[in-house]
Amino acid sequence: MTAGTATARTGSRIAARFAKLRAEGRGALIPFLEAWDPDSATSMEILRGMPGAGADLIEIGCPFTDPMADGPTIQLAALRGLKAGATMARTLAMVREFRREDDDTPVILMGYLNPILSYGVPRFTSDAAAAGVDGLIVVDLPSEEAGLLLPDATAHGLDVIRLIAPTTDPQRLPLVLNGSSGFVYYVSIAGITGTRTASEEDLRVAIPLVRAATDLPIAIGFGVRTPAQAAAAVRVADAAVVASALIETLANSLDDQGRARPDTVRLVLDQVRDLAEGVRNARVTA
Amino acid sequence: MDNAPLPNSLRSGPDDRGRFGEFGGRFVAETLMPLVLEVEKAYRAAQADASFQTELDYYLKHYVGRPSPLWFAERLTKTLGGAKIYFKRDELNHTGAHKINSCMGQILLARRMGKTRIIAETGAGQHGVATATVCALFGLPCTVYMGATDVARQSPNVFRMKLLGAEVIPVTSGAGTLKDAMNDAMRDWVANVADTFYIIGTVAGPHPYPMMVRDFQSVIGEEAKVQMREAEGRLPDIAIACIGGGSNAMGLFHPFLDDTSVRLIGVEAAGHGLDTKQHAASLSRGRPGVLHGNRTYLLQNEDGQIQEAHSISAGLDYPGIGPEHSWLHEIERVEYVAATDTEALAAFQLCTRTEGIIPALEPAHALAHVAKIAPGLDAGQIILMNLCGRGDKDIFTVAEALGVTL
Repeated sequence: MTAGTATARTGSRIAARFAKLRAEGRGALIPFLEAWDPDSATSMEILRGMPGAGADLIEIGCPFTDPMADGPTIQLAALRGLKAGATMARTLAMVREFRREDDDTPVILMGYLNPILSYGVPRFTSDAAAAGVDGLIVVDLPSEEAGLLLPDATAHGLDVIRLIAPTTDPQRLPLVLNGSSGFVYYVSIAGITGTRTASEEDLRVAIPLVRAATDLPIAIGFGVRTPAQAAAAVRVADAAVVASALIETLANSLDDQGRARPDTVRLVLDQVRDLAEGVRNARVTA
Repeated sequence: MDNAPLPNSLRSGPDDRGRFGEFGGRFVAETLMPLVLEVEKAYRAAQADASFQTELDYYLKHYVGRPSPLWFAERLTKTLGGAKIYFKRDELNHTGAHKINSCMGQILLARRMGKTRIIAETGAGQHGVATATVCALFGLPCTVYMGATDVARQSPNVFRMKLLGAEVIPVTSGAGTLKDAMNDAMRDWVANVADTFYIIGTVAGPHPYPMMVRDFQSVIGEEAKVQMREAEGRLPDIAIACIGGGSNAMGLFHPFLDDTSVRLIGVEAAGHGLDTKQHAASLSRGRPGVLHGNRTYLLQNEDGQIQEAHSISAGLDYPGIGPEHSWLHEIERVEYVAATDTEALAAFQLCTRTEGIIPALEPAHALAHVAKIAPGLDAGQIILMNLCGRGDKDIFTVAEALGVTL
């Protein structure tokens, strides 16, 4: 069980996007937003603006009350989203609306298992695919438990994107990669989102081990905050995921009631633009 | 051991994936998964090593004070006028509750694994105190996560933990109760994987914790079986315990699971009432879902968001329940009922005045159900109740509920 079990499915938006970027010789920027943070309209406007600001793929967080792998920044974003009325159905509606104008930019939903179980796995995978979702990252669904989701996700053409962590030893890699598609998400630190940052040297040691085990593109997330760090990530891997740094910008722009201000959307998108520039100037080396 | 499970026993779970029927499992992020597997491997090795049990038995006897007595509550029996009521006196353990049974087992395992730092979550503070105690005993640094709400309502236990040398970190996310403390303890663990052992307080969390904590707590039921035979020449008709996460109940019930003559009753916290939104009755009013590493019954809304639990007892204030309880509920081996804050307060006072024992508010819930059913049973029947904690920590809460200013 090596590379053969993890496949880049032809025909998927994710595979197409990575193929296009590979042809251009550059890495991908994957910015993150939390659905309905701080309200429906603002988060929809940020989502719509992301491709124009340089997002190559987009990760949307599905709010959950108890996001155990996330730090305070994303947890607070989830709670703002929930307070504003976010539900799984409404998150899917956001994607449906986004797809009216953009049929190319891959959208990945990141979340926790319980809201998906509550929605019902068959119905969720069917509705997500119909809304235009391309991939799923379910943080608290390790390979050992993946049978709960994988058959339905695969049946509906959704990529299931797996996390690999610094704690994942080489013996576990085949198991973790088995059934994964789209890309592989390398969690660059042993820790929660928005806390520490891995050094480029650490990544230069870790990423080749993953690369040796899969043909899938590799994205680096957790601790990627600045254009320079995003550039470093795409020099050793294929994509950089930036979440907490963008959420902090959004959170800092809110008024004292937690409401968006007129410049909230612009501040977040400007930061996406800076990150995209970092990624585009990184010059992917072989 | 005469209690070794039979092949068709209800005591043989979980399976090798940590499942009790559909419940349990290991729903954690990949970062934690290798750690969880490491704990399981170390625990299996310890179980197979007779010297581990010998060491644990030594500390349980000479430090914890086991076996805890079985007490015939004669005045309470007369007052209620029905079945004979026995208490398993786990409130007499060192630190005043059953929690230390499992803390001792887990810290001995942590030492075997070469871990040098301990973390824990706590609700009422009993598990935090027990963890801080064994850490002081073995000279290991200890960090306890405790919801800010609980820090405020359980200040004596916070001070105890600090005296014992533990760092207490108030958790302000969510409602600042046990569920949020558990989230933050998991976050700490994932960020400190190399040196840290997480001592979980109840029969929840990812496999192997529900199994491991149950095994360490089963000393309660094992002792009670022997003691009941000595006292009455037979097993009880009913064994009853309160349930938050469910560790004291699992510890009492597990050795009795194959004894079909023994009715097992778990008492959840009904808070202000099961038909209000303020209770902690995961089995009575929840539905299955995934939280804190396992699939189990949870209090959740229609969108799968976890709801805050409520109980006058901080130790029962948890929106989930150990996965083995969910399974025992579905196969109907254990009956799960509930008692309200008011009923628990009345039972608290009843116990204090008839037996001279101030119970914790947690077992006061079990006693509330005993008070409901004992009068309807005949005098030949025997009820065994786990008195799993003492109530010194609760006197401020009780005073406030009774309108008394201290």
